[in-house]
Amino acid sequence: MVSSSDISAIHGSAAAADRLRRRRAAEWRLKAYGIAALTLAGAALVILVGSTVMKASLAVTEHYVELGFELSPEEVGTTPEEIRRANFDGIVKAKLRSRLPSLAENRAARRELYDVVSSGASFELRERVLAEPALVGTGFDFPLLASDDVDLYLKGVHGGLRTAEHSGVLSPTGTTGEIRLLSTADDFEPLLDEVKVTLLEEAEQMRRLAARQEAGRAVRQDDAAAAETEAERERLLAEAQRYADQRDVYNRQADALDARAARPGGTEALTPTTPSVFIRVNGGVVRATEVSSSEIAGEVMIPLESEAEAPPEDWTYLVMSTPENSRRISDVQIVAVETLREQGAVDSSFNWRFFTSADSREPELAGIWGAAVGSFWTLLVTFCLAFPIGVLAAIYLEEFAPRNRLTDFIEVNINNLAAVPSIVFGLLGLAIFVAGIEVFGVEIGGFMPRSAPIAGGAVLALMTLPTIIIASRAAIRAVPPSIREAALGVGASKLQTSFHHVLPLAMPGILTGTIIGMAQALGETAPLIMIGMVAFIVEIPGGITDSATVLPVQVYRWSDFPERAFEARTAAAICVLLLFLVAMNALAVFLRRRFERRW
Amino acid sequence: MTNQRLSDPAVDSRAIKFETRHVDVFYGETQAIKDVSVDILDNTVTAFIGPSGCGKSTFLRCLNRMNDTIDICRVTGDLLLDGQDVYARSVDPVQLRARVGMVFQKPNPFPKSIYDNVAYGPKIHGLVGNKADLDAVVEQSLRKAAIWDEVKDRLDQPGTGLSGGQQQRLCIARAIATAPEVLLMDEPCSALDPIATAQVEELIDELRESYSVVIVTHSMQQAARVSQKTAFFHLGVMVEYDDTTKIFTNPTDKRTQDYITGRFG
Repeated sequence: MVSSSDISAIHGSAAAADRLRRRRAAEWRLKAYGIAALTLAGAALVILVGSTVMKASLAVTEHYVELGFELSPEEVGTTPEEIRRANFDGIVKAKLRSRLPSLAENRAARRELYDVVSSGASFELRERVLAEPALVGTGFDFPLLASDDVDLYLKGVHGGLRTAEHSGVLSPTGTTGEIRLLSTADDFEPLLDEVKVTLLEEAEQMRRLAARQEAGRAVRQDDAAAAETEAERERLLAEAQRYADQRDVYNRQADALDARAARPGGTEALTPTTPSVFIRVNGGVVRATEVSSSEIAGEVMIPLESEAEAPPEDWTYLVMSTPENSRRISDVQIVAVETLREQGAVDSSFNWRFFTSADSREPELAGIWGAAVGSFWTLLVTFCLAFPIGVLAAIYLEEFAPRNRLTDFIEVNINNLAAVPSIVFGLLGLAIFVAGIEVFGVEIGGFMPRSAPIAGGAVLALMTLPTIIIASRAAIRAVPPSIREAALGVGASKLQTSFHHVLPLAMPGILTGTIIGMAQALGETAPLIMIGMVAFIVEIPGGITDSATVLPVQVYRWSDFPERAFEARTAAAICVLLLFLVAMNALAVFLRRRFERRW
Repeated sequence: MTNQRLSDPAVDSRAIKFETRHVDVFYGETQAIKDVSVDILDNTVTAFIGPSGCGKSTFLRCLNRMNDTIDICRVTGDLLLDGQDVYARSVDPVQLRARVGMVFQKPNPFPKSIYDNVAYGPKIHGLVGNKADLDAVVEQSLRKAAIWDEVKDRLDQPGTGLSGGQQQRLCIARAIATAPEVLLMDEPCSALDPIATAQVEELIDELRESYSVVIVTHSMQQAARVSQKTAFFHLGVMVEYDDTTKIFTNPTDKRTQDYITGRFG
């Protein structure tokens, strides 16, 4: 036995003070861990949202090339049928050709020029004319949507043109075709050096090839030494010799490249693997094909007005450091866009199209409205199935069901269902709703169309049910028993008690749970992929049986596309999806706050 | 104690409203009420007293079958309301509860308007045909519950916004709106302050005019003040049942004597 006076002596002791100090330190540490965890989580959120929004910012605006059109009745006709049949694609192409004739001289260049505007531009022109046939025969300006790569170039994604320093007076030797441009200063020396660096890289690559040949030779040499027959040995030695010869060829080429790079001055050709250089002088544009320290040979892309000498301030020396092979926009397109920009024909506006159009293969034409409408129909089906079933199940379990093994079993399984991976629900939905299964020769299910919101909604309803049931049961349980007693006491039946008193009081909680379940369903991708809602759908779905896709699946699809412009649209679609989710959760919080009752 | 009486202690020879014989109540395996037989008279306030857990509330809740809501509860014996067994198959508990109203320990108005609280019972039982009659029933009930003057100007305001005593009187009004014959009160004043208690007690005495009232109470003073008949329960057994004056002045059983003199409980 210890006496209480012994124990009370412990309070003031050094050991007690030490223990107290350790306790305080532990408390402080726990607080620090908590703050660190919060900071980490906050930083992760900021980075996630920040990077998404930054990427999405590229999709906020879209660029146009505004060109004047004058459509004659012979060209497009006057009646809607004629207009519908008219070749607007040809009209747009002809317009581009006539606007920049010097860029449309050969087929390859022409094709690149046509790609400056989107393939959807001619459809839009047709729609415009169809909507207003009076335009035929008059002159009007029409903004042609720029293609995705041009749009991104104009937003500076593909690297911008750099204006290089220069000090010499430039004299062109002609106005069209292949000409030479002579500068009085060594203005092109840095460019030459830059090209020579690429020569060194090329030499390096050659040496690697040579090394590979050498390895091949060594293997044959060893094999020859171990060969069993004379003939075999000779064959292998001959092969080894061939490898050695090839190795020497590569080495000689590498040496030559090194020598070219090491030699001061000289002339080097500009290829699609070297930076592109444009000289803007006397109202024209020249693309360099050969460069030496003070001279450039090149082809005229926009004709010069004269051969007059240009003082340093009158000519521009433009460098695109990314080689043509490594970028999505060609030299011809750069010159076309820059020339059009100079002429004031390039404009940008807010990208409404993204919010009003459906999916497209062309990123500049793609929008999320189709997916948003698909999500709406899908969630409508989900709500109509899951809400009544969930609420009625919850009421039955809470208010009517006897407490026995069966209801315990059901309860455990509802909780288990909430933890089932959503893809499993997708497989189930595919098997039962879409494909149908045969049980003892009787076909069950299989009545729903593929890719349709009704099938997707049904699957999501299965997935959302446990959430709604669990939330509803909690809300119903939170209604105090005194309310039930009061109702029963005045002679209400169980049904009247449940529907007149318990359910209205539990409704805010039930709605909160339902909205959270719906938000979960809105963000769900995997089960919908299983039932085929991952298809490419250009039409905006008009009902629950039309083929459709939903927002998260749209995000998933776009994220798979290689185009840079789709990356921006993916991020923008994520932003829209997040906005919807935040709005739904905010609504849930609002409902809870607004209608919550306390007893 | 008798000088504090609110009501006339005399019991005239009145008709038996509720006749109970050999009632046993079980919660699963445990027996909560053992062989209780009580005759509850019409136009009389009958008080059930006894220490906590003695089964008086359980017995009260048998009278309008509120125990039906508890799965494991089992009732045997005869409970005859005007000669008819309330536990008979032919009796619907919903109908029974309209005839045997109940007021609970804690005021529990519905979170609806005062009007809707009172009108709910008549509405679900179809007691009135039109709005005017319903208005009349609501006013009558509120008047009988002595709360009309306090709430007549704010009938559309939530019943939960009233004070505790007002809420309890509103609950009484709600109970009598279905025109019951018997009114069960399960410790109706235990959540109220003395002033509200006094108001409710006064009301109980007035209600005796029209109903047979059964009240469970912890307060012996309250039993003595408002009741004509008193039953003393102890450990699930009804020890003694007699006129209130007799119980409090000259009890037959030793346990009753000990309890009312404060020796236990």
